Amino acid sequence: MQQYWRSNLRIVAVLMSIWFVVAFCISIFFIEPLNSFTIGKLGLGFWFAQQGSIFVFIVLVLAYALLMDRLDRKFDVDE
Amino acid sequence: MQYLDFSLLSAADPARPWTWSFVAITFAVYLYIGWRSRVKDSKGFYVAGQGVPAIANGAATAADWMSAASFIGMAGLISFTGSDGAVYLMGWTGGYVLLALLLAPYLRKFGHYTVPDFIAARYYSETARIVAAICAIFVSITYVAGQMKGVGIVFSRFLEVPLEIGVVIGMLIVGFFAVLGGMKGITWTQVVQYFILILAFMIPSVAISSMLTDSSIPQVGFASSDISEKLNNVLVELGEKEYTQPFNSFTRLNVFCITAALMFGTAGLPHVIVRFYTVKDVRAARYSAVWAIIFIALLYTTAPALGMFARYNLIQSMHNARIENITIQNGGQTIVVDSAADAQREQLRLADEGVAATPIYNLVSTEGKPLDWATQWQLTGLLKFDDWNQDGSISLKLMESSDVDGNTVRKSEVAKIDKDIIVLSTPEVAGLPPWVIALVAAGGLAAALSTAAGLLLVISSSLAHDLFVRFVTPNATEPQKLLIGRIAIIFGILVAGYFGIYPPGFVGEVVAFAFGLAAASFFPAIFLGIFFKRANRAGAVTGMIVGLAFTLTYIVMATSHKVMPMFFDGPLMAPENYLLAGWFGMEQGISPQGIGTVGMVLNFVVTITISYLTPPPPQEVLDLVESVRVPKGSGEAVSH
Repeated sequence: MQQYWRSNLRIVAVLMSIWFVVAFCISIFFIEPLNSFTIGKLGLGFWFAQQGSIFVFIVLVLAYALLMDRLDRKFDVDE
Repeated sequence: MQYLDFSLLSAADPARPWTWSFVAITFAVYLYIGWRSRVKDSKGFYVAGQGVPAIANGAATAADWMSAASFIGMAGLISFTGSDGAVYLMGWTGGYVLLALLLAPYLRKFGHYTVPDFIAARYYSETARIVAAICAIFVSITYVAGQMKGVGIVFSRFLEVPLEIGVVIGMLIVGFFAVLGGMKGITWTQVVQYFILILAFMIPSVAISSMLTDSSIPQVGFASSDISEKLNNVLVELGEKEYTQPFNSFTRLNVFCITAALMFGTAGLPHVIVRFYTVKDVRAARYSAVWAIIFIALLYTTAPALGMFARYNLIQSMHNARIENITIQNGGQTIVVDSAADAQREQLRLADEGVAATPIYNLVSTEGKPLDWATQWQLTGLLKFDDWNQDGSISLKLMESSDVDGNTVRKSEVAKIDKDIIVLSTPEVAGLPPWVIALVAAGGLAAALSTAAGLLLVISSSLAHDLFVRFVTPNATEPQKLLIGRIAIIFGILVAGYFGIYPPGFVGEVVAFAFGLAAASFFPAIFLGIFFKRANRAGAVTGMIVGLAFTLTYIVMATSHKVMPMFFDGPLMAPENYLLAGWFGMEQGISPQGIGTVGMVLNFVVTITISYLTPPPPQEVLDLVESVRVPKGSGEAVSH
């Protein structure tokens, strides 16, 4: 079970790092330099802050559910 | 509080019969579901018997989460905040990542009924339970009052029903399905309410997107169209800042702190967490988080598009509108004048007679269309004009003027515009058919009622399950427990209704800060409870108290003149004294909205330090932590 928990922590740590980079680094700390790139007619930083980050959040929650499904089966702790 | 003058509203509003029928139909559906899902035991009452499918729970969570503020307020808020509006978008969605990855699955495995249940068991302390239950009640009551007021506004604006009666109707409807069906009734009505509110939000958004851009998908039109450039240019012409430029409304530090406080607060809010207790097992908890964030993202990615389009549209239709005439109401008598100067004279004359009268401007747009919606919104007091340069038209340009003290100020001729107008008026401003306007009204009600119901259940479970049954009537039988739960919900409805009609000054202030308080108190306690075995009673209780006390003190000191206007004329702590102000060359310190982030860090530090300095938790608690970390065996709820 120790190993199951460690794998769980690894998944969570990777996904939470992506969460941090997208929400805080891209959308807040480095928004101005990123705004010199554009997506459509919007600055990239602005777009990430108001749209892109939310799409990434969906992917993160979905990825977690799928990865944990696999992990649960591997360690036979699913129901 | 809004004052309505019904005699002035035109009786022939084409949307009204539509609105009445939509509201009647949706309310009938809610009542029917409430009747169908009435419950017989307290497990059904508090956690819907734990048989709710993941997708249904996802929709219910989304409706629970998206309040009157998300539906009516948020797009408007972003509309006036521009780029920095991202704090609300990311804050209120990013919190779901925390919830889904760090809290929900484990809490579902734990499997009791409430958040205080978990805190009490994990920190083997009834004191911790009481602290948690009181926090939950406090946060939920301030929050629910805002929902009831939202119900009142929709009723008064769209159905000419006085605010108070609107609130009472809302109370009766929520009361019916919540008292009969408890969590079960609330869950299934929330599922229906989600679909009504999302439809009501999307239809006008799609319509305005197709009107202004090449794409009918607002998310696409938002990025691909030139509206952002046009809006930036128009705003610069009017003397304001560019819409897409970051850090116009908040400093970088505050954007960070507010976003984090909203995220961690969202993850710690009891009415959201409790939704994950209603599903079958841990796996279902994970997948209902996926559905929830998809359902929520549909509205949250549309809102910034709607906000930008609506701002542009509003400026286009209102700027330089000609004043047709101005009406002033004096008792039953309507005085019609032609100019702002005459209106001012009438106003002064009436003021001498002791009558406070507001002039209502009837405007005609530059394209020659009469702006009826502007007239209607002025009657609610949420929109006010003042043609102070007396040129017979309304300019949105910031112009120099002098205030009463002779200081130079820059202001436009829109004396007041409430952000709540944006979503509700979009269909009218865009000239959409009357049934769309009616649908938006029904959607606003669905958003307000679904959130109110979820909050009422938290109030009821905290009062009845966590406090009353445990400490007053520990020997209550099952039917008695259910009865106590129902009485607690009725009590909650009455309190919420009262605050909705007579909002005390602090409610409006505290709602904005509820997230900071939840972030500083609940999130670290639950998170460390799962991920940090060494966390013990002494650590968690001190941590929660320090985090909460610090955050609350900071907020109260910064807003003392608004929270307690009878004692203070100004804030105890002026903005120049905010934390970190003047450090590293920063002009502004951390605003009270973002201080929850600091409170949360404090809570973490205190909990961890004290836990290491005091004896570790007992073996059965360590076993409990081991067991919540493994999904297997979550089938049955443990009912003490």
